[in-house]
Formats: sequence, C-alpha cells, structure tokens
Amino acid sequence: MNVRKYFASRMIQLVPILIGITFLSFAMMQVAGSDAVTEMYSNAGAAVSEETLDAARARLGLDKPFIVQYFVWLGNMMTGDMGKSFISGRDVFQTFMSKLPATLLLTVMSVAATIVLSVPLGLLAAVSAERSASEQDSTHRTIYSVIDNVVRFLSFIGNSMPNFFVALLLMNFLAIKLGLLPVISSGVTLESAVMPTMTLAIAMTAKYIRQVRGAVLDELGQGYVTGARARGVRESVILTKSVLRSSLSTLLTLLALSIGSLLGGTAIVESIFMWDGVGKLAVDAITMRDYPMIQAYVVWMAIIYVGVNFVTDMLYVVIDPRVRLGAEK
Amino acid sequence: MTMENNSTQAAATTISSISSISTKSKTPTIREQHVKKKNVKARLFFFGALLLALLVMASFAESFCPYDPYAQNLDIALQAPSAEHIFGTDRYGRDMLSRVIAASHVSIFSSLSLVAAITIIGTTIGIVCGWRGGRLDTVLMRAADMFLAFPGLVFAMAVAGVMGGGIMSAVIALAAISWPKYARVARSKTLSVREMAYMRAARLSGSGTLKIIVRHILPNILTPIIVTSMLDIGTMMMELAGLSFLGLGAKPPIAEWGSMMSETRRLLSTVPIAVFAPGGAIFVSVMIFNLFGDALRDYMDPKRRGR
Repeated sequence: MNVRKYFASRMIQLVPILIGITFLSFAMMQVAGSDAVTEMYSNAGAAVSEETLDAARARLGLDKPFIVQYFVWLGNMMTGDMGKSFISGRDVFQTFMSKLPATLLLTVMSVAATIVLSVPLGLLAAVSAERSASEQDSTHRTIYSVIDNVVRFLSFIGNSMPNFFVALLLMNFLAIKLGLLPVISSGVTLESAVMPTMTLAIAMTAKYIRQVRGAVLDELGQGYVTGARARGVRESVILTKSVLRSSLSTLLTLLALSIGSLLGGTAIVESIFMWDGVGKLAVDAITMRDYPMIQAYVVWMAIIYVGVNFVTDMLYVVIDPRVRLGAEK
Repeated sequence: MTMENNSTQAAATTISSISSISTKSKTPTIREQHVKKKNVKARLFFFGALLLALLVMASFAESFCPYDPYAQNLDIALQAPSAEHIFGTDRYGRDMLSRVIAASHVSIFSSLSLVAAITIIGTTIGIVCGWRGGRLDTVLMRAADMFLAFPGLVFAMAVAGVMGGGIMSAVIALAAISWPKYARVARSKTLSVREMAYMRAARLSGSGTLKIIVRHILPNILTPIIVTSMLDIGTMMMELAGLSFLGLGAKPPIAEWGSMMSETRRLLSTVPIAVFAPGGAIFVSVMIFNLFGDALRDYMDPKRRGR
C-alpha cells in the first residue's frame, strides 16, 4: 500500500523538475538573440518592413509578456505542437518523433552491449583482485594480479578516449582497412548499427568496469560472504546469487546516470556515422540555427532523461528489499 | 534526487579500483603502510612531472613547433608522414606535427580555465548556501538540481550552438552545466564543519564572517574539491574537444585538437595520421591528467591507500 504512496509522492516531485526543464529550454531560446519572426523572414531572404514584422509577431503571439508566451508554448507542446522548422518548414514534433526510434534503438543496444561486456569483466577484475591478495601460492597471486591490472588498464584507456576518436578509429580499422562494415550507415540496419553501438558501448564499458569492480569488491568484503564460504557454498553461487544481486542497485544507478551522457554522445556518434536519429537531427539543427528543432531536442531529451531516472528509482524498490522497507515505513 | 549519493558512491568505487588490495581481514602493518605511502608519493611525483612537461609544452607551444602551424603551402598538401613532416601535412600543406603542438595551447588551457571557473563558482555558491542556509540555500540548490536533471551534453550543445560557437561559448556552455556538482560537494562539506567547536571558538574570538570562511571553512573543505576538479579536467577536455569536433567550439583556422579532427576526418581513408595525431594528443593529455588526479586522490586521503 505504502509503496504506492511512495510512487505517487515521487511522481509529484517530478512536476517542478519538468516545469524547470521546459522553462529553461524556453528561456534559452528566448535569450538566443534573434526572435522567430526575424529569423523566419531572414531565412526567406526578403527584406521586410518593421510593420510586417510586428504584424507577424502579433499573429504568433510574440508581443505578449514572456511568462504568457511560456505557458502558451507549454500548452502547445503538450498537444504535440512545437512549431515549424525554420529550415524545412516541416512540423517539428513530427520530424522529431519520426527520428526518435532510431536513437532509442541505438541507446538500448549500447546499454545492452555495455552490460554484457562490463559485468563479466568487472567481476573478473574484482575476483582476481581479491584472490591476488588472499592466495597463498605466489604464482597464482601474480596471475590474478596481472588479470586485474590488465582489465583495469583497458578501462583506463577507454576512459581517456573521446568517443569521436573511438568512432574514427573503428571506422578506420573495421570499415576502411578490413572492409567488414559499411563506412557510413545506409539506413537503420543491423550492419550499420555495429560501429555506432560499439563506440558508445566502449566508452561506457570503460567507466562501468571500474564501478562493477568496486561494487563487487565491497560486497566480497562483507561478512555474509565469509559466512557462505565457511558453510561451503560454491564460489559461483556466492558470486551470482549474493554478490551480483546486492551490487545490482549500485550498478543500476550508475547506468541510469550514464544515460545522460549517452544521450549527448549519440549526437556526435550519429553525425559521424550518418545514423538517421535525433542526435544527427539536432547537430544539423544547431549548425543551421533551426531554433524550434533545437528546442524540441533539448526538451524531449531532458524529459526522457528525467523519465529514465524516475523509472530507475522505482526499480530500486523492486530489486532492493531495504529500499522497499524504507519506503513502507 | 539520487545524484549526491551517486557521485560519492562513484567516487568511492573508483577509489577502490585504484588500489590493488582490498581485504578487510588483513590490516596492513606499519611497514606496509609506509611502503604504500612511498609508492603513492612516487606515483604523484612521476605523473606530476609528466603533467608539468605537458603544461610547459602547452604554454610555449609555438616555440616548440618545427614549422609555422598556420603557414599554408599547397605544393606539399596532403603528404604522408616523412622525415621532414613526421605526421604529414594537411589539406593546406600545413605541418601536422606543428599544428598538434600548437593546438595544445588552446585545448589544454581552455579545459584548465573551464575547470578553474566551475570550481571557483561552484565552491563559492556551495559555501554561501551551506553557511547561510535559509531561503537563498533552497533557491540555489533547487537551481542546481534543475541543471543536474538535464542531460548535460545535450544542454551544452544547445547553449554553445545558440551562442554561435567559438571556444569561449563552448567553455561557458560546459560551465553552465558543471557547477552544480561543486556546489553540492562544497555545501555538504560546509554543513559538516559549520557546527564544529572550533567554529564557535573562532566566532567567540571575534572573527568576522569573511575571515571564518576564508581561514576556517575553506582550508577544511578544500581537499575533496581539489581532487574532484583534478579528476574533472580530463573529462572536460574530452567534452570541449567533442563540442569543437561538432563545430560548436574552437573554429578553424585556430588549431584545436577537436576541430582539427573534424577538419581532417574526410581524409581518414587517405591520410589517417592526420586524424590520429590530434586524437592521440587528446588521449595522451587526458590520460596524464587522469593518472595525476588518481595519484593525488590517493595521496590526499591516506585512509584510502590501505584499501
């Protein structure tokens, strides 16, 4: 029962954040300098008198006070009306939504790839680190410490490479040198998804391996692990059933947080690989100063990010009994 | 939201990943502790020296260049690496090695000034919030939450784009999204020292607010802030380069690693070195900053050495 109350109260907390986000996005475009009307006519390439501009402003409601404009804009946004693109003249919201699935697909695939890569590697590093300290045999100790250090070194390298550099390296080796994959994407296909996904996953995996290693190492030091070992529970069972499970909430948090940089990262990666998603759309819009399009991108990315964080918070309640009990109190 | 405990968790876990041993069953002996301290110190000096070398190069970049990084000579455009031009030449016949070296100036000092700016702004806001409390604190911390609720890079891209590009607007855009982290650290540290006995003693002996903040609060909260900002430099350098790569930061012909890569990326199949040289430069510098930051953290916090 009370869990439901907790859900509701968290929902209510979202309201001011969402208002803040939309307000910030709106205000940013307002202070951007030129207003929509001047921009529209200057893009059309015609010299227009001040009266025509004023008339157009009145028609679009741009002569109203700032705060009124904001609420009008917010109302329109909720109904899916975010204006027309300055460049193509097409409906912004529809264009954005038609490109969104490609970006979400890319995001989901890179998160999946990150989990598949980083959890085993992080676990390996953590277990090796622990054994390198506790093992009696000195050769074993060295082997374990080498494994741990290699994994950590790889993660360190991955952490120091900007994603566009990784993207270009992959492009050079996989596409140009080896010819395994197409250099630029030819639509949303599995083949053209490989390199963008790898680029995003490599950066996240590098960060994530360290976190998995740290979280698992912390759990391995807990009393219950010693207890389970003393009772003769198999090591694999301890690792999968107890250790991984209890470090799950830490990992989930970090994953949710990295969604933020992932969404930003997709912009660079998409425009390098010509992946037809919202990231590329946004980069193009920014270079051409297509304000309504930029605004739609910022607002919706922020909403998605807030949404993901909300879902994560709710997931804690499901996976971690301690949080659940705390919420029930 | 969950940001605060997250960042501390993240910090804690990365910390544990630095040291090689983590068993609670074995307490290190005094001698072992001593050896560890020496190792950390050696690491700090080694990476500190590398960092210093990097900074010296960046400060006097132009004088280290074998050729003029901006001189065009179309006769030698797009040359493969040779003895005269170790990294080859670009589309305009400019020596790539010289450009990579010259670019270190903008790339490194823009990231340094960005981190310095957010550290100072964030810390000041954090201390004021923690010290004063009340409505000011609520308002500023809500604002910080708002920025933290944004996916940072998305916002920075839009801000930099709207401001019209240039390295300055990229720095401002990234500063706008990065200060809340420092404000939060400074605020929570200030709150934890505010009620200490020595604080009351300072007050009783007649110290004014400014003196208390500068002489008593600041020195006590500085360590975590310095460590955070050292570890941030690498990330910021990559993000600035990313914005420049998208054309939202440094503009050609100014040599900057990110924008150089976006200029030369069309040459990837013909002269890959023209892309990999600036990319490698970013990689090496970020690595040096990160390794130094790690060493500094281990040095500053002796408790973590033993882990």
